[in-house]
Amino acid sequence: MHPIRKQRLTIALLVVLLSSAAVGLVGYALRGNINLFYPPADIVAGKAPMDRPIRVGGMVVEGSIVRSGQDLTTHFDVTDYDGTVRVSYTGILPDLFAEGEGVVASGRLSADGSFSATEVLAKHDENYMPPEVAEALEGKGPDNRPYGKGGKS
Amino acid sequence: MWAFIHKMGSPPWFFRFATAVIRWLLPIVLLALLAGSLWGLLYAPPDFRQGNSYRIIFIHVPSAVVALAGYYVMASAGLVSLVWKIKMADTAMRAVAPIGAALTFVALVTGAIWGKPTWGAWWVWDARITSMLILFFLYLGVMALFEAYDNKAAAAKACAVLSLVGTVNIPIIYKSVDWWYSLHQPASIKFSGETAIDASMLYPLLLMIAAFYGLFALLVLLNMRSELLATHRQSAWLRTELG
Repeated sequence: MHPIRKQRLTIALLVVLLSSAAVGLVGYALRGNINLFYPPADIVAGKAPMDRPIRVGGMVVEGSIVRSGQDLTTHFDVTDYDGTVRVSYTGILPDLFAEGEGVVASGRLSADGSFSATEVLAKHDENYMPPEVAEALEGKGPDNRPYGKGGKS
Repeated sequence: MWAFIHKMGSPPWFFRFATAVIRWLLPIVLLALLAGSLWGLLYAPPDFRQGNSYRIIFIHVPSAVVALAGYYVMASAGLVSLVWKIKMADTAMRAVAPIGAALTFVALVTGAIWGKPTWGAWWVWDARITSMLILFFLYLGVMALFEAYDNKAAAAKACAVLSLVGTVNIPIIYKSVDWWYSLHQPASIKFSGETAIDASMLYPLLLMIAAFYGLFALLVLLNMRSELLATHRQSAWLRTELG
């Protein structure tokens, strides 16, 4: 290769390498902010801030949903299997919200460790299958699926 | 191999090559898009959780996949343009940018339309979605930078540097759902291990991804061909080519 072209190639590759390193370091420094939510384990361990709105994400614990008879208030537990946080929310829940499914709630932590949410989003997982396949899997028992239970909620 | 690459740099040869490829690629791409859409939208079964709303996957995933791959095409053309100063590489870089921007835009819009009924929100400042928005701005930036210079060689150099620096974003988009806690789900199609999407949905999706790759190639060639027509309209070879 011509020496000038070789030099240009080296410079171009250095540009890519150094800019990647710069972005990588920025991403590493800001990793706490890039995460969309805190897992319940971090909240239980006291790593989440109390003074500003945060998000908590995890699975809705089976059998934990309690709906109020009077208004749209719902209580449920969110877990990552290392810790569990009690969430309360007043409002309309997304269609895919169900026990055993992923959820991301934004709101504030209370002093007693419970979480009052102002918004609840359903976190869909990566599994796609026809209803018949889901039923067949369900017939084999609840532990055959990678995540949670298919929602007949 | 090297002879072929050298020929690609020659405008008359490339013009003939592009014209020939477009002629047979066009019907194949149209057929694949039609077949994939009918298969995905009509014959594939509904999802056990989402019902029919999941069908946007047949547009969303192919456009996102090709938008990412297209960026590498643009950056590779940028590298060739920077190191070897081949004008055809500038033309390729310039041709990819608007198509990549359009594909990224389609991925963002279809994602928002799917996100509203599924998650409950049009938009979330999630790592995957935000890095995809940055990709859209990178494509727009390359398009704008080309127009910002009067000198074509200087414009190509600036765009090549920008597109090379932007390549860092591609692995970030790809791995964002694994590296950080995000609302966007991880990939369903896996290169290793069990795929998380049923075969009856996977095959039409793979067909649509292949069709979008073909569509991308077709649109880039059409774009490059029209750019050659515009810049070489006074050339003798083009007159003989067009008869």
